Amino acid sequence: MPTETFIEITYLIATVLFILSLKWLSSPTTARHGVWAGEVGMALAIGGTLLYRGIVDYKLVAIGLVLGCIIGVPLGKVAMTAVPQRTALSHAFGALCVTLVGTSEFYLRAPNISPFLMAVLSMEVILGSLTFTGSLMAAGKLQEILPQRPITYKGQNFVNLGMLALAVAIAAILAMHPEQIKLFPAMIIIPLIFGVMLVIPIGGADMPTVISLLNSYAGLSAAAMGFVLNSKLLIVAGALDGSSGFILSVIMSKAMNRSFTNVLFGGFGQIQAAATGVQEQRPVKSATAEEAAAILAAANKVVIVPGYGMAVAQAQHKVRELFDALTKRGVDVTFGIHPVAGRMPGHMNVLLAEADIPYDKLLDMDAVNGDMAQTDVALVIGANDVTNPAARTDAGSPIFGMPIIDVDKARTVMVIKRSMAAGFAGIDNPLYYLDHTLMIFGDAKNVVGNIVRELSGGDAHH
Amino acid sequence: MKLDLITSLYVFMLAAFIGFEVIRRVSPLLHTPLMSLTNALDAIAVVGAIILAGEHKSQLAAILGTIAIVAATSNIVGGFLITDRMLRMFKSSGPKRP
Repeated sequence: MPTETFIEITYLIATVLFILSLKWLSSPTTARHGVWAGEVGMALAIGGTLLYRGIVDYKLVAIGLVLGCIIGVPLGKVAMTAVPQRTALSHAFGALCVTLVGTSEFYLRAPNISPFLMAVLSMEVILGSLTFTGSLMAAGKLQEILPQRPITYKGQNFVNLGMLALAVAIAAILAMHPEQIKLFPAMIIIPLIFGVMLVIPIGGADMPTVISLLNSYAGLSAAAMGFVLNSKLLIVAGALDGSSGFILSVIMSKAMNRSFTNVLFGGFGQIQAAATGVQEQRPVKSATAEEAAAILAAANKVVIVPGYGMAVAQAQHKVRELFDALTKRGVDVTFGIHPVAGRMPGHMNVLLAEADIPYDKLLDMDAVNGDMAQTDVALVIGANDVTNPAARTDAGSPIFGMPIIDVDKARTVMVIKRSMAAGFAGIDNPLYYLDHTLMIFGDAKNVVGNIVRELSGGDAHH
Repeated sequence: MKLDLITSLYVFMLAAFIGFEVIRRVSPLLHTPLMSLTNALDAIAVVGAIILAGEHKSQLAAILGTIAIVAATSNIVGGFLITDRMLRMFKSSGPKRP
């Protein structure tokens, strides 16, 4: 069998394994097979490529692979709380690879490039370079190297769209006149700046949508690279990644009640800008950890609603102790996870799974909302806007229409919060002033720790 | 060449449909591992980078290709490692299945 055919067969098997890999990810019981399938597919494809006769310089390839492993291993071992920034960084790396390959291909082939090929090559480098800087910005914000506060200015959308239009115009000129080689660097530099500008107005609470969107862009740019190199394997992998990012973006934008166009055209920072509502001084009821423990111990059904605050306070292990203490007393404890809780899709699930909470206790928004009226206590830990009943009732609220976890329908609501300061979005939360809401002020980790101590120290009867 | 591009479009379209149908079924529980896994798979772009660096057709292509290999390989290694670490953490409470 000729080597070329053999290589193509390894690619074909890899493609099948990649699709199976994602298929097996649909359930936690088969998900690890998915990783295994992906790894085998990857090894086959790389092994096949190394047999390619055109390769004359194995030294550079080896250097690249070894250096990549040296960087990749620590990136695979980061703490679970750092997963959002690691993910953003990996989108940047993926986009970097695609952009560099696209750039090289252009200089190797120009000016003998057909208009269609130039169009996909332009798409590859434009999407690649904007994803590269955009993802670096997102990673910087998540790691808190850069200010998390959204930075907005007048005419922001106009400037951004203008830059994008300019890049597309250059792409069009190059498609017609590929001999205009000196235009090419501009087609990389403009999207690089655009990527920075795109993420500047985005605040922490909007990160799940942005990360998903950048994921989609990274996938699409890789698929475009597949067109340029005529690699079906790469087209399939890029299309899978692109559709995954797209689906997640749609889920995230729905969970924040934004239209997809609103997300695409930089509607990100708008909630923050609109939210300077009147802060009312109304009385709230507060409770001590001791009182909270007594109420929780007397409950039959408790729903815990975690948010980013739980991750910041690193409270997930204490929450697990609370889960154990209550479960031991026969209390039915489940977790209600809002799709945009945390800084990336699924963030809360990973943190709670790391703390050894069984995944069948992690329910999505619709599942807990259905049972909320039969719930004795809804315990909110570090979540704010995703529990704000104004989203249901107050048409003037900036988050009106956003699906929320209806904790206010539980018999008792307990909110663990640092102080009465407004949440990240700056929107007042009427939940805190309800008659059946108890505020427990303090650091989430300490408060939950105190409740656990009360539960284990106090007498066991209801 | 032109036929290749049309075939590629077919492949892209079909793969996008498969992607939608398969990924729609992924439980929201696993959205974070989904993102890290698709990211690792996406790094298959390394095959393009290997050919570019290995063919050594120009100095520029060799240098950019090598950097591209580094970037993609770190995604492959890091992506699979962290996905597996995350998935190992997801345990069921029921004694139904080990």
